[in-house]
Amino acid sequence: MEKTTVKKSSLSVSENGLERKKGKKRLEVLKTYKIYINGQFLRTESGRYYQPVNAAGEKLANVCLCSRKDFRDAVVAARSAFGGWSSRPALNRGQILYRMAEMLEGRKAQFVEELQRQDVSKTKAEKEVLLTVDRLIYYAGWCDKYQQIFSTVNPVSGSYFNFSVPEPTGVVSIIAPQDYPLLGLVSVMAPAIAGGNTCILLASEKKPLCAITLAETLHASDLPPGVVNILTGKLSELIKWFAEHMDVNATVFCENDVETQKMLKEKSALNVKRMIFYDNIKWETEQGQSPYFIFDLQETKTTWHPIENIGFGGGAY
Amino acid sequence: MINSNLIPDFTLSPRIDQTGAEERALRFTRRSIKKESKINGLKLVLNMIDLTTLEGKDTEGKVKQLCYKAMHLHDALPGLPTVAAVCVYPLFVKTAKKALEGSGIKVASVATAFPGGQAPRDVKIRETKFAVNEGADEVDMVISRGRFHAGEYNYVFDEIAAVKEACGPARLKVILETGELVSFDKIRRASDIAMYAGADFIKTSTGKIQPAATLPVTLIMLEAIRDFYYKTGKKVGMKPAGGISKSKTALHYLVMVKEVLGEGWLTNEWFRFGASSLANDVLMQIAKETTGIYQAANYFSID
Repeated sequence: MEKTTVKKSSLSVSENGLERKKGKKRLEVLKTYKIYINGQFLRTESGRYYQPVNAAGEKLANVCLCSRKDFRDAVVAARSAFGGWSSRPALNRGQILYRMAEMLEGRKAQFVEELQRQDVSKTKAEKEVLLTVDRLIYYAGWCDKYQQIFSTVNPVSGSYFNFSVPEPTGVVSIIAPQDYPLLGLVSVMAPAIAGGNTCILLASEKKPLCAITLAETLHASDLPPGVVNILTGKLSELIKWFAEHMDVNATVFCENDVETQKMLKEKSALNVKRMIFYDNIKWETEQGQSPYFIFDLQETKTTWHPIENIGFGGGAY
Repeated sequence: MINSNLIPDFTLSPRIDQTGAEERALRFTRRSIKKESKINGLKLVLNMIDLTTLEGKDTEGKVKQLCYKAMHLHDALPGLPTVAAVCVYPLFVKTAKKALEGSGIKVASVATAFPGGQAPRDVKIRETKFAVNEGADEVDMVISRGRFHAGEYNYVFDEIAAVKEACGPARLKVILETGELVSFDKIRRASDIAMYAGADFIKTSTGKIQPAATLPVTLIMLEAIRDFYYKTGKKVGMKPAGGISKSKTALHYLVMVKEVLGEGWLTNEWFRFGASSLANDVLMQIAKETTGIYQAANYFSID
């Protein structure tokens, strides 16, 4: 007790300015949320920023307004990371996803606080964070199991062993759900990387804070650089590039917007991109997690392997 | 051959201010080159490339494929130039010469026990003559870096002069291997030795040693070429090689050549890039500029 009083008196009011006069508000330091490309936290190449505002009219932060060149750089990073990530043992990918969940668990409070600042009620925010952790664990488990579920041995008449196996599609560009700033983002990111793809995510435009804080936790989760790249900015400005880039193999779009979906389909025809729409999915329910989300971003490869067929020789007698 | 009265004392070659050179080189990266000038610049870059394969695993098939690529960089884009030359080991000169017949693309061959250069002089001369007899238009030789570090500048000078003589009509590029010369002072000195001994080109690196070509190193060599030109009136070409794989970097080099030596050097007669993966990146950038869509490597030929 005595110590604290001593300490308090040493911080005298006017001399060092640590305490303020009543009614004077401290000028808040707004964090600049940097984007995440190739395992580095960078400012946007364009030098542009925006300040999303919550319902109470408070400015949330300085957030990068990414340009097409940031996206281009992210694709280069994702493409370079793809070879290494897709050829890792599935078990190891699972370990890394599990590690992400661990790191997220340790920073729950920060996410809850950020969600609350972005107009989510406390109860809902807590629920969303816990669900997010659980979702990572869920997909961590699937990393080395979906292959068995989706592989088949196909009946063919001939001396062949014929089988089909899923293989990762490649570089995936993802426009994360706008209304679930954390859970939505993780629900589309986790199945993509669990399946061996690398991705570029565009965070929710109005509620981008959790996405970048998530990047900070991913950064400490043994995730190789370039596997997940997270951008922030204007959906309407960037979406064209997400669908058009020749080095992107699939695009995921989560809004129920017919016009945009049509535009995306047209652009994707350029290099026959896989175009996936998740409209009307309630990410907080059971509907929001399934191995089929992994399978959506897989290509099926079928192989014919010559074998001796014992039945074909005819009866011996 | 230079009048022997003009040959300077190489120990007195100018000393280089390293920080100054690095700062100056950095400024060339701050020019904004967009739209049409970018496309023109990129086409010029393509036309200056020595498409190179110098690997132990090279085969005739690989060389033929590279020659085809040299002539047909990307047929989907009309109006592209060809590269300047194809650069191979002496054993593949004949194959390359035949494959490139009538295309106007030169065949360059490395010689003189590339990349180490640790061989007796008569072996180096024989290898050079072999390459030229097989049809090489250009010879890329390496200097004896060990002898250079030991201060035997006359040995290095005489060796270059002897190889130049063995080249006959073929143009001689002298590789300094700047990564092994270490200091900027030594790079300048080696450049001077090579030029006075008869080099038609000076070249930074073999591509086998890191660091290979960098902007500051190239700047120093360009300045050496400029000084040599003022003293003797003789033009010498420049070839940065190794580590230049992005179009943007290549454009920075062009800016530097233009600002240090002037437009007289902005042709493939006097400036070359030694590279293999650069061509595809340039092609992808040209395609991006013409279509407006970012490109993917797997729609371009393997190099």
